[in-house]
Amino acid sequence: MTVSRWGLLGVAVLALLSVLFAALWWLSPTHDASTVVAAFWHGSLGTTSAFFSGTLVRAIPLALLGAGLCVAFRAGVFNIGGEGQLMIGAVAATFVGLGHSLGPLHVVIALVAGAAGGAAWAAIAAELRRRFGVLEVISTIMLNFIAASLVAYLVRGPLQEPTGVYPQTELVEVPARLVRLLPDFRLHAGIFIAVIVCAAAWWFLRETAAGFRVRAVGASPSAAAIIGRVDVPRVTFGALVASGALAGLAGGVEVTGVTYALYENISPGYGFSAIAVAILAGLRPAFVPLSALLFATLETGALGMQRDAGIPSVVASALEAVVILATLVIGAGFLRRTALPASTAP
Amino acid sequence: MTTAGPGDSPALELRGIHKRFGEVAALTDAGLVVRHGTVHAVLGENGAGKSTLMRVAIGLAAPDAGIVSVFGSATPRLSVRTASRAGLGMVHQHLSLAESLTAPENVALGGAGLYRSRQVVERLRAVADSSGLDVPLNIPVRELTLAQRQRLEILKALAADARVLILDEPTAVLAPTEVRDLLSWVRSFAARGGSVVLVTHKLREALSVADDITVLRRGRVTFAGPATGATESSLAGAIFPGAVATSAVAIGVPGEEVVVAERVSVADDRGTVRVRDASFVVRRHEIVGIAAVDGAGHHELMAALGALKRPASGELRLPQRVVVVPADRHRDGLILSMSLAENVALRGVGAARGRIAWGRVRERARALIQRFGIVAASEQAGAGTLSGGNQQRLVVAAALEQPVDLIVADNPTRGLDLRATAFVHEQLREAAASGAAVVVHSSDVDEVLELATRVLVVFHGTVSEAGLDRDRIGTLMLGAA
Repeated sequence: MTVSRWGLLGVAVLALLSVLFAALWWLSPTHDASTVVAAFWHGSLGTTSAFFSGTLVRAIPLALLGAGLCVAFRAGVFNIGGEGQLMIGAVAATFVGLGHSLGPLHVVIALVAGAAGGAAWAAIAAELRRRFGVLEVISTIMLNFIAASLVAYLVRGPLQEPTGVYPQTELVEVPARLVRLLPDFRLHAGIFIAVIVCAAAWWFLRETAAGFRVRAVGASPSAAAIIGRVDVPRVTFGALVASGALAGLAGGVEVTGVTYALYENISPGYGFSAIAVAILAGLRPAFVPLSALLFATLETGALGMQRDAGIPSVVASALEAVVILATLVIGAGFLRRTALPASTAP
Repeated sequence: MTTAGPGDSPALELRGIHKRFGEVAALTDAGLVVRHGTVHAVLGENGAGKSTLMRVAIGLAAPDAGIVSVFGSATPRLSVRTASRAGLGMVHQHLSLAESLTAPENVALGGAGLYRSRQVVERLRAVADSSGLDVPLNIPVRELTLAQRQRLEILKALAADARVLILDEPTAVLAPTEVRDLLSWVRSFAARGGSVVLVTHKLREALSVADDITVLRRGRVTFAGPATGATESSLAGAIFPGAVATSAVAIGVPGEEVVVAERVSVADDRGTVRVRDASFVVRRHEIVGIAAVDGAGHHELMAALGALKRPASGELRLPQRVVVVPADRHRDGLILSMSLAENVALRGVGAARGRIAWGRVRERARALIQRFGIVAASEQAGAGTLSGGNQQRLVVAAALEQPVDLIVADNPTRGLDLRATAFVHEQLREAAASGAAVVVHSSDVDEVLELATRVLVVFHGTVSEAGLDRDRIGTLMLGAA
């Protein structure tokens, strides 16, 4: 397979681009290059607090979403709605988390609710595709907007905290929180969930009949149907719902592990960054944790540059956009290689 | 035969052509001399170098050594543009037309400058009149039959003033009558002074229509000369190192009925009924051939027999174990991006549960490679790396790995050379001998007759028994009976 080669190339290009951007600021008279680089370093990997409270914490939802997108993309389903599915997952987890105390399992039930919420949101797009042939690329994006508006309404209406001052919910309390792993740092138990989910997705695609069906349907729906007698609509439906469930789980993990409450901007675009995470990993869940960590580093580093070196946030997000675009271009080459031409003359 | 005048240089001449792709010598001192006003057949196995030689002629591939001359003038650096300007035109096996455009729009696609629809239409009409090729001009290509599309490709070449036409396997997709029409058109084109290079697998076709024949084997010319001096067996000897034995396996007496169709109707994907009230049976130890012209409804019938489509009405009883050998092996028969082992695992994976024992699958794949003589680096090699013949061996091997009750094979030898074709025929016969029922369709009626123990003809949705009488089959296929 050519995946690892593309993956390596991807990492190389990303590094190069980052350096290029840094060089841009070298040339700029108002910013001192070493400050900029130091800000990136201290914001992402260079300090224990940045790493354990920022970068690793940010990598968790990216890994969960990325693993799900690997499954969806492998099935040939282009789920662009991770963002919306994450939000609905966060809503469901918050709802359960704020409810009657359920004892020590409260957090588990909240996470299951989050996964169910994401799955249900993705199921809308899956059903639209199965019944009416609506392209999931379009429906999932549209559902992102609806989900965002729904959250905006909930945190100002039915779920708003009792004083009615802030557009957010109450905080969920301890049995409904994921434990923190280190004193003084924000790193929480969600990292185990993320690693386990990535390993499970890897095992699923590689070892199980259902995972093989996913790969076969993505590689050639007609051969899967005719030779494999695979129920193709069912597999694509399942893959989309499964990726929605993992996105919802990511939302649940954010609420129970990081924010403890629901508010409007709960996701800084995780659903979109995760697309790049999955593609950089070559759609192989085994590489997703590494890929997620890389993008988390980029994002926290960019935030650091904004905070400490005064690099405007516009530049920070432009940097990220360039990286995502580069990954997509590389990914396009990768996808072309896996999906061989439909006909090569004998 | 039209004779070239003295002093006339050949229409197309390739001499001393060498071409290597990496380690592989695709062409070694190969050549071709096409005389004015003649039809020249180029024969050879898959991978013998026919396509490469044609690509060199047309300027699509640069030879490592050798000379290409068109009408006597050598072109040292032939490109697609200069080849077309010199009067060469090629119709590829896989037609390259834009389906949503009309015929004149397709012809204009290759042009430059402004598109003047009326001029193109007039030009096309003139070429169509003078050449005798009739194609509807004002409907999109997707509504044309395959034969019409092929005629359009030829028109396209003629509209660009081609005087030497290279036709790559032109009859592979045509019904018998269409083949006859095309070949007689080819003869008349040559009679009017044009030259045709006909790349084909079919010996009979070459012998019946060509003036001269060139045979390639592993990139070398093993026969070149007038068709009058050749026979089927001498050509077969030139194509293959050893003669191909066409053994007839005794397939036994028809047994119990495994397929029972009663007043079965089948609709296509748009819901139009394409097969009406078909009633027939298929028994064990039978090879039932399906003969039909394009669009007669046999594709829908095959899909229903392959348990890929439910009949719209009527009762169709099918056995438990049904396997399909699809017509398009690249799209439907294999997953080219997956390994041989994964393609073996693909069979019937829709009903599998739990884990896949990949160790065992790889063992099975290795056993199949052995048993069916598939040439592959290993069972881990990608299916896309196999040659066409070996890909089809893999499809058939995976289909027949387990005992089956019914095999539904649609054009199972399309694009295969004689050796691979013989292999597929052998496997189908052996499956029938061991008690399976076989239903096979081929666009080539001769192949249907060669294989079948009984023939069903589909015409305009009507299925009728035709026995093994070639004339009766022919008239039924055209709806004349």
